[in-house]
Amino acid sequence: MSEKVFASSAFNDNLDSRQRKARIWQTILLACTLLGILVLTMMLVDIIVDGAGWLSPTLFNNNHSRFPEKTGMNSAIYGSIYNVLLTALFCFPLGVAAAIYLEEYAPKSKLTNFINININNLAGVPSIVYGMLGLTVFGRMFGLFAPESPLVNFFNLPVEAGNVGGLKFNLFGIPGLIIHLPFGRSLVAGAMTMSLLILPTVIISSREAIRAVPTSIREAAYGLGATRWQMIRTQVLPVSFPGILTGIILAMGRALGETAPLIIMGAFMYVPFLPRNIWDKFTTMPIQIYNWITLPQPEYNIHLAAAGIIVLLLVLLGMSALAIFLRNKLQVKW
Amino acid sequence: MQAKKSGQSEHSKLLLSEDSRRREGLIAFIFKAAAVLTILVTIGIIVSLLSETIGFFARPEVSLWKFLTGTRWQPLSSKPSPENFGILPLVGGTLLVAGVAALLAVPVGLGTAIFLSEYATEKLRKIIKPVLEILAGVPSVVYGFFAISFITPIIKTVFEGWLGLKVMYFNALSAGLVVGIMIIPMIASVSEDAMRAVPRSLREGAFALGATRFEVAIKVVTPAALSGIVAAFILAISRAIGETMAVSIAAGSTPNMTLNPLKSVQTLTAFIVQVSFGDAAAGSINSQSIYAVGMTLFVMTFVMNLISDLVLRKFREVYE
Amino acid sequence: MENNIRDTHLKNQSKEPIIETKGLSVFYNNRLAIRDINIAIEPNKITAIIGPSGCGKSTLLRTFNRMNDLIPGARVEGKILYNGIDINQKALDPVGLRRHIGMVFQKPNPFPKSIYDNVAFGPRINHYTGNMDELVETSLRQAALWDEVKDKLKESGLALSGGQQQRLCIARALATQPDLILMDEPASALDPVATQRIEELMIELKEKYTIIIVTHNMQQAGRASDNTAFMSLDRENIEARIGILVEYGKTEQLFTNPRNKETEDYITGRFG
Repeated sequence: MSEKVFASSAFNDNLDSRQRKARIWQTILLACTLLGILVLTMMLVDIIVDGAGWLSPTLFNNNHSRFPEKTGMNSAIYGSIYNVLLTALFCFPLGVAAAIYLEEYAPKSKLTNFINININNLAGVPSIVYGMLGLTVFGRMFGLFAPESPLVNFFNLPVEAGNVGGLKFNLFGIPGLIIHLPFGRSLVAGAMTMSLLILPTVIISSREAIRAVPTSIREAAYGLGATRWQMIRTQVLPVSFPGILTGIILAMGRALGETAPLIIMGAFMYVPFLPRNIWDKFTTMPIQIYNWITLPQPEYNIHLAAAGIIVLLLVLLGMSALAIFLRNKLQVKW
Repeated sequence: MQAKKSGQSEHSKLLLSEDSRRREGLIAFIFKAAAVLTILVTIGIIVSLLSETIGFFARPEVSLWKFLTGTRWQPLSSKPSPENFGILPLVGGTLLVAGVAALLAVPVGLGTAIFLSEYATEKLRKIIKPVLEILAGVPSVVYGFFAISFITPIIKTVFEGWLGLKVMYFNALSAGLVVGIMIIPMIASVSEDAMRAVPRSLREGAFALGATRFEVAIKVVTPAALSGIVAAFILAISRAIGETMAVSIAAGSTPNMTLNPLKSVQTLTAFIVQVSFGDAAAGSINSQSIYAVGMTLFVMTFVMNLISDLVLRKFREVYE
Repeated sequence: MENNIRDTHLKNQSKEPIIETKGLSVFYNNRLAIRDINIAIEPNKITAIIGPSGCGKSTLLRTFNRMNDLIPGARVEGKILYNGIDINQKALDPVGLRRHIGMVFQKPNPFPKSIYDNVAFGPRINHYTGNMDELVETSLRQAALWDEVKDKLKESGLALSGGQQQRLCIARALATQPDLILMDEPASALDPVATQRIEELMIELKEKYTIIIVTHNMQQAGRASDNTAFMSLDRENIEARIGILVEYGKTEQLFTNPRNKETEDYITGRFG
C-alpha cells in the first residue's frame, strides 16, 4: 500500500539521502551559530584567567608606574568617564535634533534623500578617519593658529610658539570662560571627535525611537490644535525619550571602547593626573590597555592588560544594564 | 455686511500669531541645521584629508603615480624618495587581513543567519541574538588582546609546532581571524534581516512542492535575499578594512608585500597609528603621509559602503 | 441532530475517496481551531470548502499536505487517510508526501526566478529523471499559460500579471505530477477576468486531478465545484471560535436544498 502511495516512475525521490543531507547541514549551521558563543566564552575565560588576580584597589587608585605591582589606571578611568560624558553632552542635542528633523519635518526631497544616504555612509566610515578629522579640525584647526599662518599674521594674533601654535583668551571677558584655539590634544577636542563618530548611530537609533510613536498620537495632538513643535514637545519626545536615551547610552558604550580616533587625535599614553578642566590633556582606559599590551613585560602585556580589560568590560556591562533597565522602566506599552 | 466682518475676525483668530509662527519657523530651522550638519561632517572629513594629502603629493620626494603603484613603503627612512612611498604593501596587508577575516566570517556569518532565520525557535533566537550583540559591542582593543594572548599562541603551536612552518609573532592570520570574529555579528544580523524580509509565502510555496527545510533555505530564501546578503558581505569587509586596534596589536608594523598570512604585515590603519604615536610634527612628511594613507582608506571604505547601501535600498524596494 | 449532520458522508460514492479525515481536530498552542472533522473527498472531482472567514477552512486544507507542521505550536489529531494510508503520523515524512499533493496559495507566490526555473523547481529537488524541457512545457500547457510565455521562459516569474502568476503557480504545482491539488482561495487576489480563467482551468484539470478549493466566494463554489463542504463556527460555544463541518454534499443539492438551517442562512446571504 505504501508503495502505491509514493511510487512514481518519473521521480527518483531518494528522500532518505535528501533528508540525511538536510540533517548534516542543519548541524553545520548550528555549529556556525554556536561558534559565536564559544568564542565569547573563550575570550572571557582567557581574560579572567589572565587578569582577575591583578584586580586590586591599586589598579583603581594609582596611575601607571615602572613597577607593575604599583601600577593603576586611575587617570584613565576618570579620563574615559569625562570624555564619554562630554561626548554625550555634544552629541545628544545634535543627534536628537537631526532625528526630529528627519522624522517629523523632512519633506520627501533630494536633500532629505541625500542626508539619509550620507548618514548611513558616515556610520560606516572607519573610526580612525574620524580621528584624522578631529586632529585636523579640532586639534590643529588646519594650522590657522600656527605662528606663520596668514590669519595670525594678518590680525597679528598673540599666539604661542610651537608647530601648532595657540591662542588663549577669555570669551566675552568672563573669568573662567577660557577658550583655547586650536583645541589641541585636550579633553574637549577628544570629546568633539567622539561625538561626531557616534552621531550617525545616535541619529539612527533616535529616529527609530521617534518612528515607534504611533501616528494616532500625533493626529490626536494636531486635532487639539497643537502646532508641530508643540506636538513634538508634548507628545513625541516624552513617549520616545526612553528609546532615545537607550540609544545614546549604547552609543556612549561604543565611545567608551573606542581607541583609535583618540590616539590619532593625540590623546596621551600616560597622564599622571586627572584632567582639571576641558582643556587638559587626558588618557582613557582603552589607550591605557593598549599601552600595557605593547610593553614587553608579561606583568603588563598579559596581566595588567587583562585586568584593565575586566574593568573596561564591567563599565560597559554596567552601561548596557542601565540602558536595558531604563528601556524597561520607562517604556510606554501600547 | 456685519456677517462678513465677524467672519473676517473669526478668520484672523484661526491664524497663528506672528510670534508663534516665527518660533515654529526658527525651531524647524534649527532642526534642519542639525540634519544638514551631517553633510558638513562628510565634507569636513574630505577637506581634512585633502588639506594635508595635497601637501604630501606636492612634495618633490613623493609622486602620486609611484604612491599608487609602488611596492615599497618605507616612509620613515632617512632619505625619503618616491621609491619609498609605494602604498601597495599597506593595501596588500590590509586586504590580506580582510581576506582572512572574510574567509572565516562569510561562511560562519551566513550559516548563523540561515540558522537564525530558518531553523531557530523564538526561544533560541532570544538567547543567540544578545550574544551576537555582545560580540559586536566588545571594544576592538579587547579583541587585540585576545588575538595576541590566545590566538597567536595557538597558531604558533599548530603551524610551527606541528607543521614546521615559520610563524612570526605578529602575523596576518591572527589579526585576520580576530577581525573575522568581530565582523561575524554584522554579517549574521544584516543577512538575517534580509532573509526574514523574504515573504513567508515563498517558503510555503517551496515546502508545498516537497522541499526539505534545507532546500527551502538554500534554493529559495538565500537566492531571494541574495542582494541583501551581498550587501552585508561588502559592509562587513569594509569594516574589516577600517579595523584598527586589533590589527595594530596582532599584525605588527612591518610593511610587507606578501600573501603568506603567517608573516607580519602592516595595514593602512596600523601605519596611521604607528605614526601618531611618533608624535610627528604637523606639516612634516610623516604627518602628511598618514593623510594620504587615510585618504586611501577612506576612499576604499566609502566606495564599498556606498555600493552596499545602494544594493540594500534596491533589495528593500523589492520586498517592502 | 447536529452531530448527524456533521458526520455526513457522501452517499452513492462510485470510487474510493482519495483523501478522508476521521475525527480530525487541529490545535494552535492548545487552542482548538477546528473540531472533529469527518470528510471524504471524491477523486477527479472539484470539492469546494466554503464558510465565513475564520472558521478554519484553510486550516483544514493545510492538514491534507501537513503544512500545519510548519507552524510552531500547531497540533493535529485524528486520522487523515490518503489513498487509505494515515498520513498524520510522525513516522511519515511530510516532505515526501507534499510532492504528491500540490498546493496553490491565496496570493500568487512565484519564486523570484525565471518562469522556467519556477516550473522546474519541484521536479529538480525531487530528482526528476525525464526530459525537463518537456515537463515544463506540458505543465505550462496544462495551466493554460504556455502560449503566453513560451517566448520568454527565461524572464522573471515576477514580471507576469497577477492572473498569469497564479497560473504559473498552478503549472509549478502540476510539474511534480501530483494527484491532488489544494487551492487556498486561488482567485481572491485576482480580477474577474483572471478569476474566470482560473475557474475554467480547474474544470479542465479535474479530468486528471482531484481538486480541493477553499473559497468564500459562493458563486465560485456554485459554478465550479462538484461537491461542497460548508464549515462554520460552533454555535454552542461561539466565544471559543471553533470551526466545525456543518454540511457536506453535492454542490447542486447543498445550494438548492440545504439540509441545515445555518447552511441555508449562509447561502442565502443572511449571515456570514
